[in-house]
Amino acid sequence: MPHKTFFWFILPSVVAMILFIALPIASVVIQSVYVEHERVLVEVENCGPFGCSTEVRVDTEATEQLRSEQPLGRFNGLGTYLNRAHLAVEEVGTIVSTSASIGEALTRIYNLPFYKAFLFTLIYCFVVTPLGIMLGFTIALAVNTIPRLLKGPVIFFSLLPMIITPLIGSLILYWMFSSNGILGATLQTLFNDPTLTLRQSPALTWITLLVYGVWTAAPFSFVVFYAGLQTVPGDTLESAMIDGASRWERVRFVIIPHLAPLATFVGLVQLMDNFRVFEPIVGFSSEASATSLSWLVFNDLVGQDSQAFGSAAATSVITILGVVILLTPVLIRTWRDFNAKGA
Amino acid sequence: MSASVGKQPLYLKAAISGFVILWLIVAAFPFLWTVWGSFKVEADFFSRVGWWNAIVGTRTELQTGSPFTGDGYYGAWVTRDFWRAVVNTGIVTISVTAISLVLGTLGGYALARSGHKYAFWILIAALVFRAMPHITLVSGYLLPFFELNIWGHLATSIIVLVAINQPFTLWMLHSFFLSIPKDLDESAMVDGCTRFQAFRLVVIPVMWPGVITTGLFSFLLAYNDFAVTSMLLSQDNQTMVPKISSFLGSIQEQGNVMYAVAAVVSATVPLFILVLFFQRQIVSGLTAGAVKG
Amino acid sequence: MIGFKTTVPAVLGAAALITLTAGVALADCGIESGSVRILSNDFEALRIVNSMAEECASDSVTVTANATAEHKNIQGPALTIDPAEYTVAVVANNSIVSLLNEGLIRPLDDLVAEYGDSLRPNQLISVDGKVMAIAFMANSQHMFYRSDILEQAGVDVPTSYEEVLAAAQAIRDAGLMEYPLAAADKPGWDLAAEFVNMYLGTGDDFFVPGSAELAIDNENGLATLEMMRAMTEFMDPDYLTFDANVLNQEWDAGNVAIMTQWGSLAGAATGENANPEIAANTAFAAAPTFHGGSTPAVALWWDGFTIAKNISDEDAAASFQAMVHGASPQTVAANPNVATWLVEGYEPGPAAVGVIATANGGARAYPMQPYMGLLHTALSTELAEFMAGQEDAEQALADVKAAYSTAAREAGFL
Repeated sequence: MPHKTFFWFILPSVVAMILFIALPIASVVIQSVYVEHERVLVEVENCGPFGCSTEVRVDTEATEQLRSEQPLGRFNGLGTYLNRAHLAVEEVGTIVSTSASIGEALTRIYNLPFYKAFLFTLIYCFVVTPLGIMLGFTIALAVNTIPRLLKGPVIFFSLLPMIITPLIGSLILYWMFSSNGILGATLQTLFNDPTLTLRQSPALTWITLLVYGVWTAAPFSFVVFYAGLQTVPGDTLESAMIDGASRWERVRFVIIPHLAPLATFVGLVQLMDNFRVFEPIVGFSSEASATSLSWLVFNDLVGQDSQAFGSAAATSVITILGVVILLTPVLIRTWRDFNAKGA
Repeated sequence: MSASVGKQPLYLKAAISGFVILWLIVAAFPFLWTVWGSFKVEADFFSRVGWWNAIVGTRTELQTGSPFTGDGYYGAWVTRDFWRAVVNTGIVTISVTAISLVLGTLGGYALARSGHKYAFWILIAALVFRAMPHITLVSGYLLPFFELNIWGHLATSIIVLVAINQPFTLWMLHSFFLSIPKDLDESAMVDGCTRFQAFRLVVIPVMWPGVITTGLFSFLLAYNDFAVTSMLLSQDNQTMVPKISSFLGSIQEQGNVMYAVAAVVSATVPLFILVLFFQRQIVSGLTAGAVKG
Repeated sequence: MIGFKTTVPAVLGAAALITLTAGVALADCGIESGSVRILSNDFEALRIVNSMAEECASDSVTVTANATAEHKNIQGPALTIDPAEYTVAVVANNSIVSLLNEGLIRPLDDLVAEYGDSLRPNQLISVDGKVMAIAFMANSQHMFYRSDILEQAGVDVPTSYEEVLAAAQAIRDAGLMEYPLAAADKPGWDLAAEFVNMYLGTGDDFFVPGSAELAIDNENGLATLEMMRAMTEFMDPDYLTFDANVLNQEWDAGNVAIMTQWGSLAGAATGENANPEIAANTAFAAAPTFHGGSTPAVALWWDGFTIAKNISDEDAAASFQAMVHGASPQTVAANPNVATWLVEGYEPGPAAVGVIATANGGARAYPMQPYMGLLHTALSTELAEFMAGQEDAEQALADVKAAYSTAAREAGFL
């Protein structure tokens, strides 16, 4: 395709993405290497319905002056990335040099907010993505064999976990898993332990979140794989049968290779989405045991009374880098495919 | 793979049926439970006494005199004007889907047909763009949008949602177009069509299932979006999801959770109809495209 | 503080002399012209104030209101531009801080002198001698208790957290409840607020006076944390997932005997949709004191309105008048049970006694220090492990201090 034609076809998309994604990302990156000006503080007396007290206020005029001289703030380089709220280089250094054992060092590093969030994000990503894909694949195989008449409704109900807005979905599941809820109470009876609660220990909370993750992730893989199954060439399967391949061997050597490119697509989307896990943490009120990178961004920007843009910007940039690293194998594959096509 | 390949032995049939039934219960149960519970009062549906209350409706009977109540629906639709949010959602989702598809098909087609290196880098950039947490993007929009006086309008949110969803749309449509043989449009061009005519008159008709599938995902993204719509829309223009979240109350103030539950059940009805209607297309659409990766 | 103790009873005395002026023509706000654009949080009392203010609309006056839960995130950019998107920002003592820090709201002294006849002196929020906001409602956490359970256990209504622990032990020993206490200990805003409350009860300051240096890593800070954890001994094992709304559900189910809960949720706990058996035995009292302190260990809150700086004087005057009308004695007379109003003519209902007792007890207001929000954020994320019993109090305080200092340095306060 000539450059000019390509340009006109892609223009609207690219303009939209540059304006609303690329420019904001650029400004976020710039923001993350600056910190705010030193505020000029004045001690004043504040009064209200509940009496007076001596407090401090920001001298906005003096601060404004500083700001007009350097609108972006004070240059901080990578300081924000390396401080305690993010990579915590200094703290990790101290911990490593003062800890008696590796176990102690890891425990203390885990106590830092970024690493706590990062660990859960990674584990969620690496547990939920493959399990979700496998579950989706299994459902697709099973649904493919049921009578045609039933397929419609079954597909439709299978999509439900993906469709319901997570805002309410997790609220309802949160209640179901509580010790008075239907699932929590059933588990108590099953394990014959009236004190069992899923939200008490970090381990159980993690398991609950992972199960929820697989539950919501499976339908997407299911739809894509189910569609893929419709295109598996019948003659290849038949010849495999004639060669005496068992049912399992047919799945292993014919169907799975055929669906491999699809799995790449699904894996790509799911890895990325799982790396940005956020809703279940708020929905299940599991902040005590599990946080994620996206949750840190949320907490900096909208969860609290004060907004920390610089900090949120740094966490966002780290998230992007994390996704790029995660996806590198897929990207390399795409590069090869692309070159094959171009040739 | 057609079902005719090999007859299943009975034990396998039983195992498959069992698995499908189990999965259906797991997938659909929370929703069915919600539909049932939306006709109860909060003290029953979110009972801290025991879940049995949600089945029999002890407190519902106490408060309303009957084990079922439509109070949640009444409150959401009549007291709090949920219909307004439904109208806004309709406008937003339909516009987002339509615009996304127009931009996405043009871009995706170009990406699929271009062998130049920059096409690859555009794809990669789109992927990286998708990794950005939405909430960070949205916080950055606020000041410029206020300055341009475009904050709070439906149109602004529509454009933002289109842009944010563009990476996914481009990727998906790009893989659909790859599956359509190049010869098709090239022969049309040999016959005297311009590139755009070939695209519009020859490729798109073949692509229809793929377009519909991508459209459905765009639709779902816009329909369920919270980050963009909650921060960029004024109260009158709110769509369903932020409206539902406003029913939930805040830290210090009691919300009305049952309004939210009733609203969620109501909000799912159009999706049901939509999914039932387009079920066939979802499947045949994906068949045509993503298989090639 | 001394001046305050005399004002609140005087306020209540005045409230008793209720003067019903609801018959006055509704829409006459005396505004000649202008544009009023209100941004507020989204809950019932504020929706009422907004709709009353909207009554001021006329041919020459436009009034629009946007009530949204995202108001805190929108208000900064919305008031930064010139002219501001909103002329009125409805705030509380935490959300006003960012507007003050950025200098986005105007002093109201002139407007109060001209149009503020119906305001009471204690509605004026002044910073450095200048009125910056007009408060119209108050809120605080206070004690909810079950009179029947306390009676059966043979304990008096506790007045300090130490007594609360003793009462909880007595209730457990009497076999009445295994987990008689509850608190909003969900990590995030709620848990941080619990710490702030308890620490306020010690009478100590959060910061070194006159600076942003954190001062909570002292004996009082440790005692605060120890008390918070001691109470969890008597709480449902899921306590780390409870926020204020869940507390009300637990209360309604009869699972809790004593808790510190928001006054704004007291109405729901005793209202017509509450469990009648529980509601009949639900009583309210001032928040308990702590660690030998003499004032309730809790923060007092107000909600009020501010006027944007970047708007014309005409719009500012119109906005001020419309909001004074919105939160006027008529509004209060028509909706007495919606909130604990600070407005003239308010007669406290039974659900407001807790807030008023807490205020009369001399509780302190939630601090308006410019960096208080940063401390709140640090507390919200760093106390979870301590509350879960995974680290000790010293470590928790050290973590809070480290997190706060990092954020304060980024924000230019340290």
